[in-house]
Amino acid sequence: MAKLPKPSELSQISLTPPPKPWMDIVTEMRQGMYCHGAKGKNLAALELPNARDFKVADEDWQIPDDWRETVLNGIKERLEKFRTFHVFMDICVRCGACADKCHFFLGSGDPKNMPVLRAELLRSIYRKYFTTAGKIFGKTAGARELDIQALKEIWYYYFQCTECRRCSLFCPYGIDQAEITIIGRELLNLLGLNIDWIAGPAANCYRKGNHLGLEPHTIKSSIEFFLSDLEDITGISIEPTFNRKGAEILFVTPSGDLFADPGTYTAMGYLMLFHELGLDYTWSTYASEGGNFGFFTSMNMAKRLNYKIYAEAKRLGVKWILGGECGHMWRVVHQYMDTFNGPADFLEVPKSPITGTVFESAKSTKMVHVVEFTADLIKHNKLNLDPTRNDHLKVTFHDSCNTSRGMGFLEEPRYVIKSVCNHFYEMPEDTIREKTFCCGSGSGLNASENMELRMRGGFPRANAVRHVHEKHGVNMLANICAIDRAALPALMDYWVPGVKVTGTHELVGNALVMKGEKERTVDLRNEPIPGRAAAEEGGETDV
Amino acid sequence: MTLPHILEAEKKAIVDRWFALILATYPADAAQFFRSGSSFTNPVGQSISQGIDDIFDGLLAGAEPETFRPFLDSIIRIRAVQDFTASQAVIFIFHLKTAIRERCLGRIRAEGMLQELLLMESRIDELAVMAFDIFMRCREKLYDLKANELKDRTLWLLKRTGFLTEVEDMPEQTAGCGTNVKQTKEVH
Repeated sequence: MAKLPKPSELSQISLTPPPKPWMDIVTEMRQGMYCHGAKGKNLAALELPNARDFKVADEDWQIPDDWRETVLNGIKERLEKFRTFHVFMDICVRCGACADKCHFFLGSGDPKNMPVLRAELLRSIYRKYFTTAGKIFGKTAGARELDIQALKEIWYYYFQCTECRRCSLFCPYGIDQAEITIIGRELLNLLGLNIDWIAGPAANCYRKGNHLGLEPHTIKSSIEFFLSDLEDITGISIEPTFNRKGAEILFVTPSGDLFADPGTYTAMGYLMLFHELGLDYTWSTYASEGGNFGFFTSMNMAKRLNYKIYAEAKRLGVKWILGGECGHMWRVVHQYMDTFNGPADFLEVPKSPITGTVFESAKSTKMVHVVEFTADLIKHNKLNLDPTRNDHLKVTFHDSCNTSRGMGFLEEPRYVIKSVCNHFYEMPEDTIREKTFCCGSGSGLNASENMELRMRGGFPRANAVRHVHEKHGVNMLANICAIDRAALPALMDYWVPGVKVTGTHELVGNALVMKGEKERTVDLRNEPIPGRAAAEEGGETDV
Repeated sequence: MTLPHILEAEKKAIVDRWFALILATYPADAAQFFRSGSSFTNPVGQSISQGIDDIFDGLLAGAEPETFRPFLDSIIRIRAVQDFTASQAVIFIFHLKTAIRERCLGRIRAEGMLQELLLMESRIDELAVMAFDIFMRCREKLYDLKANELKDRTLWLLKRTGFLTEVEDMPEQTAGCGTNVKQTKEVH
């Protein structure tokens, strides 16, 4: 039996961590902070190298003997290919402006979660092998050897970055840590070092068309289930079409909205809205994923998965594409799609068939955000809305990182929410719009096994929600992102019980007065609407 | 002169020292940062700072044990998801004893109030026990969240694909009940 320390010895333990330079502090991989390693079958399906099962807790990650050369050649190739990456490796003056802007650092206090230090993990390798000063002066010049410990440390911390870009907003040089993380993950993927929460969905998307691996008949039956519920709730029978050639619009949304609550209620909102408008649109069971977990693997994988949207648009002969509520989907569409797979000359510049508005912002990609589309409808008074149906909700809005910082999409969601809800409260200024705090689960980190990571990373966001919950009684957190809808319920459950999570089009669906509908007594969750359910039971009503 | 009077007079020194001892459980770079900022730009530092201030005031006022639960929760909920073991997460309670002794022991001894100090320290020990309960509840919550996410996903799929069905509501049984809403969807 181990010798127990005496109380007098215990009291002598120093509480202050040793003041070692960061390079000398060995990273301990803590369970709860990382996701499971990628499965071989998923890597193989994506034709990624070194396809084999690997366990993070194992000492041996089964990487090829020449792994060091592979990584260094990978860095060299990307330095030549991406000017941004080269500049980001050289230009940082370590001013520290980014240090306290990362939600993972704010929640953990782990210095290696400071964006500057997270970048330094890779930058130190760059210095050692690609700069004269680093080659000659080594550690003194901030350079270090690429050994297995350094590789594992990069893996650990590059899968603790949600690519949210909040840090880049504050960097005087505009260094984009998300781009560095993207490159870092590309390098890790050269050795088969992905996480399964990313590789699995990406493989599913490549083979089946969506992250969840839903096959065409499952997608159809899932939507039919919503239709059955909608008929119960509204009395209206909705008949959407699937894979219909010649439709004017192809609608693409994250598959999460077809599979898990509360995203499913958002999908029901879409169905109601499009039916009410009589929109000539179709769902696709092939391009059945708006999200793109390839984006969290490599640029090439993002391009490959994104291509199916254009390919399907071409096959069906639609005029333009309407996209659902998602985060990273829109960063890919807005910033990469046209370069990846454009120009989509076979499509037309999107034009709303209801209002005649031409969406100039989508002139190149031919893909419009559904919230922009709906905001335009409301602006032109084309929807009959009854916001009092949402009067039992006190709503705040969480800006998704990708739509706010990635495409400047700030006003439209607020305009829509305020049009369908009477009680809206903003969170504090430092936590919304461009400065929004990440949900803590983006960029493929919304697995369950890394719950501690998600909770600490999401704390700054939850803390701001708690503020409006306590001050204004906010009980609903609205968003326009499928990962938010999947991840925020757990975050609220831990930090701010009593606050639920909703997509914006669920709120629209609840407020939408449809032609020929029966009196609404329940909302899209099949929960009684306060003050209206009583009418059904013969009580008083305020309708 | 009573012990609370002495502690009240030295409140700032004691709470500052207590805060410093807690921050010393974090890496130096983080500890420096946790001292600054607002409750939105530095939620961890501010939550700890506010939490210990409330705990200290509660002790001086002789508050009921349950009064301390939200104050302790605001700190422990954070430490339960940080890189701490159970003992490291709750040890900060005992640092209050250290801070009081360091700042006031001489005066307390001079005033002949060692007995009162022991009673106060016993109350702090009670808080430590309560802190451990809160820590365990937070950890259990984390495991619940993990399990529920998996369960919800699986159940949803099984129901939608028809592999799993539930007993339908019987109209004659639901009549007269508070609600007769058809339960077709899982509601969170």
